[in-house]
Amino acid sequence: MEFEPIYVVDGARTPFLRARNAPGPFSAADLAVQAGRMLLARHPALEHRIDEVIIGCASPSADEVNIARVIALRLGLAERIPAWTVMRNCASGMQALDSAIANLQRGRAEVVLAGGVDALSRAPVLFSDAMVKWLSHWYAAKGVGQRLATLRRLRPAQLAPVIGLLKGLTDPVVGLSMGQTAENLAHRFGIDRTAMDRYAARSHRRVLEARTRAAFDAETVALVSSDGRIHAEDDGVRDDSSEERLAKLRPVFDKPWGNVTAGNSSQVTDGAALLLLASERAVERLGLAPLGRITDSQWAGLSPERMGLGPVQAATPILERHGLGLNELDLWEINEAFAAQVLACQAAWEDPDYCESALGTPAWGRLDDARLNVDGGAIAIGHPVGASGARIVLHLLHALAERNLSRGMASICIGGGQGGAMLVENLKRTEVAR
Amino acid sequence: MNAIERGDWRLERDADDLVWLTLDCPDRAVNTLSQSVLAQLDATLDALDASKPKGLVIRSGKSTGFIVGADIGEFAALESADQAQRIIERGWRLFERISALRYPTLALIDGHCLGGGLELALACRYRLAVDRPSARLGLPEVMLGIFPGWGGVKRLPRLIGAPEALAMMLSGRTVDPRRAERLGLVDARVPERIAEHAAAQLVRSGRPAARAGHLLRLLESAPFRQLVAAKARRDVEAKDPDRHYPAPRTILELWERHDGDPLIEPTLVGRLFGSAVAANLIRVFHLQERLKGFARQGDARDIRDVHVVGAGVMGGDIAAWCALKGFRVTLQDQQIERIAPAIARAAKLYGRRLKRDHRAIRDAMDRLIPDPDGAGVARADLVIEAIGETLEAKRDLYRALEPLIKPGALLATNTSSLDLTALREGLSEPERLVGIHFFNPVAKMPLVEVIHAGDGASDETRRACAFVGALDKLPLPVRSTPGFLVNAVLAPYLLEAMRVHDEGVAAEIIDAAMVAFGMPMGPLELADTVGLDIVRDAGRGLTDGAAAPRCLEQHLAQGQLGKKSGRGFYSWQDGKPAKGKPDDAPDGLALRIVRPLIERTRAQLAAGIVEDADLADAGVIFGTGYAPFSGGPLSDERLAPSATGAGATMRDDR
Repeated sequence: MEFEPIYVVDGARTPFLRARNAPGPFSAADLAVQAGRMLLARHPALEHRIDEVIIGCASPSADEVNIARVIALRLGLAERIPAWTVMRNCASGMQALDSAIANLQRGRAEVVLAGGVDALSRAPVLFSDAMVKWLSHWYAAKGVGQRLATLRRLRPAQLAPVIGLLKGLTDPVVGLSMGQTAENLAHRFGIDRTAMDRYAARSHRRVLEARTRAAFDAETVALVSSDGRIHAEDDGVRDDSSEERLAKLRPVFDKPWGNVTAGNSSQVTDGAALLLLASERAVERLGLAPLGRITDSQWAGLSPERMGLGPVQAATPILERHGLGLNELDLWEINEAFAAQVLACQAAWEDPDYCESALGTPAWGRLDDARLNVDGGAIAIGHPVGASGARIVLHLLHALAERNLSRGMASICIGGGQGGAMLVENLKRTEVAR
Repeated sequence: MNAIERGDWRLERDADDLVWLTLDCPDRAVNTLSQSVLAQLDATLDALDASKPKGLVIRSGKSTGFIVGADIGEFAALESADQAQRIIERGWRLFERISALRYPTLALIDGHCLGGGLELALACRYRLAVDRPSARLGLPEVMLGIFPGWGGVKRLPRLIGAPEALAMMLSGRTVDPRRAERLGLVDARVPERIAEHAAAQLVRSGRPAARAGHLLRLLESAPFRQLVAAKARRDVEAKDPDRHYPAPRTILELWERHDGDPLIEPTLVGRLFGSAVAANLIRVFHLQERLKGFARQGDARDIRDVHVVGAGVMGGDIAAWCALKGFRVTLQDQQIERIAPAIARAAKLYGRRLKRDHRAIRDAMDRLIPDPDGAGVARADLVIEAIGETLEAKRDLYRALEPLIKPGALLATNTSSLDLTALREGLSEPERLVGIHFFNPVAKMPLVEVIHAGDGASDETRRACAFVGALDKLPLPVRSTPGFLVNAVLAPYLLEAMRVHDEGVAAEIIDAAMVAFGMPMGPLELADTVGLDIVRDAGRGLTDGAAAPRCLEQHLAQGQLGKKSGRGFYSWQDGKPAKGKPDDAPDGLALRIVRPLIERTRAQLAAGIVEDADLADAGVIFGTGYAPFSGGPLSDERLAPSATGAGATMRDDR
């Protein structure tokens, strides 16, 4: 099947802001609007040509369930432009891009504003079912006597809140938390704590290095909150995340003997990433100068207990279709849900048994560390679930452009046992290099 | 339903025997209660007396509001107190008649309901307000130097209680439907979609007419009425110790002694209607309307996106105001750190203006976009430059901006001192640059000078005026010249105040004298607020090279810049000057200090900076707060030759 390339005209994201056990300064829609309004300001000619807005969001708040429509209207886009929200857990943002691609390829749209957002710091805290049941009795109670009787039935345990975020990060089918699925992979491929912490430290280091080159400036929009505070950079990045320090952290999932810690997992964050996608026709007709293009995409399913290998399952068919080896692509983004999970993806491609049984191919060899997540990833930057898929596609294009390279793969694992991948091509290569 | 047209009123009787009486004054943008409109209403009631309807609903047929009040033109044309008395008597008796009608009455208020319009509504048994945040209800007569003479002073306190009613009538403050509902001024606030249905049901409901609660009603009887009046009188005294404005005191007397009935003591009418103060205030009202007229001569509807370069106090506050008024604004400065304080100030402004309307606050914040990279330039329909006052820097900026700006977009400068023609040099489309000069604080100052280079009638100038109108500000076209109008007249006035200070008169005395004269703030406090460095720079260019006052030099030499540095003519704490109690001012002090302002106003007029004397008065009143009761610097009777002569004498004495 021929894949008509779809063009990434431009993109913008907010800094990813670490959740600090309290609602962050911006709601999910606030974040997306701030990224989107700057993106629109940069492309005045495109604003009136947008046919559709598609936003991925894994945990929209109760009053913004179709958050895409809220964002579109708050951006001041015309009321006639439809907007819809997609949900594929950690790949919601990438799903938004893929849904846009589908509509662009079918000719239903020529320009689409697509991306993802989540404000995990504002994930809801819920009443337990028992508490909800009690409340319904309370509201039905008439008179003092009935009320007192209802009050007597209230138990302290019923008051315990249900943390929406933890619910969302637990697989309901197999009952494992995402961290436990990473522990599974570590066990399967023999990845030890030291390797995980070393990987996590590298993620922070690479982000810091990229920052000294201003490598995130082109994609990031600085935010100012109402109190005048500036949020200009991803604030979970630490310059003191050494292997030694990370080694001191306690495991959080398989307590107390596990290996996955908060330090070698992606950070719970708030953030948004939006892209302007256009069909080839629109690019030609409007004379656009896109950043790059998406030349293939793939989704895959696998066991929820091993969801972290989703990138392997999704990226491999693309490699096969294009006759490429792992290291024939210039750069790779594998979203860093967990250090163990990224390392497991590398290990899986090297593992003949895994490749044989799960991919039906011989082993693929070692994906070169120097091509993988070259400017760090979600362990340092953070993982606002719905936004990450869009962020890695956008950053991969910028990373290719900065290095004057050609092709890359962005892939992401998905809670529930899925994977997504997109093949992209940099269009900002200078003539000399070509 | 059969309809009867009766000039301005349309009468319809529906199947339920309800009468819908719709006011739609032909050939007028808004409904006003002229003598003829009242006469027709009277005649209509005569006709209804015979047919006894089940109820009467009074409403407006205009989309511009209910009724904005009496016909101000008729008041301005009053020739005698008798005439005024007749107008008041007619309205009073008519509204008394309405309030005594045996069938129920209801005012269906959609949009502005002011002055006589509200008095008519108050005479009805019920009032419904269509929920529209832009609608205003109130009795603003006091702002025209007169009082509500058609029963407002009697009925408003009974309905919402004397304290709130007096506060509204004495300040002229208006309220929106939400607040009107909370005050009890209207029985309910209803969405437009059910307004007619609600009116039909409420007017036939048989519900007793609303009244203030028991405690509030108690305040209307002796001795509480006297206590409430005394308290209000003290407030009036504190706000206007020099008794420039007789209307508030008259309103209090009317309520306290005569329960709002103006027919009992006819001298009250004569005291205000046709007085010089009322005539001046009515003129100021007309001047304001004239300035608004400039906004209607151009078209700014195609302006949606505004880009502001320079996020300092002026640029940041201009950007915030534009976003509040619905424009999408990109605010550029060199670093985000320079923009952030402007965003914080905007958030505060929106909180103050929009109160708890979180959606409106959010939308305004969404429209205000920090833009350190200047991405918004190419999108903007209007680019406003608000950077430092150096000719070269501004020209460099324009040179950089011009190739990026889209065709047809307007370029504006907020310069307060540089010549427009000089700034235009080097632009390939020089006429596209206009001056849009805001005053500090942007949110509070009603006037905006629109600067042109002799091309006041150009499309660009008209568009700029229309844009200013869209910001709910008053545009005044001014020809480019140092200081334009407002700063040019302020500078010699401030410097004269400083020279008096050099002569040994305390700052407190000077400022108190000018406040007593009718200025909103004394000149030295104003200089401190503006910044003494800015006053010096402006003064240098605007006072023909006269030597700067000694006190100014001394403050500057010591690094005292006024409010911003914490010390100037006063020492400032928490944004307030520490002032001692002033001694009595020497005779003629105020006239001496204000005279340079008057002279400069005359000179600017003679030089053709503004079109005519009315506009000069308007500019100085709305730009400096110059005593509105006086009618403006060129109309101020106190400065007639004899009076200024006295001032000159005093000066010679010293």
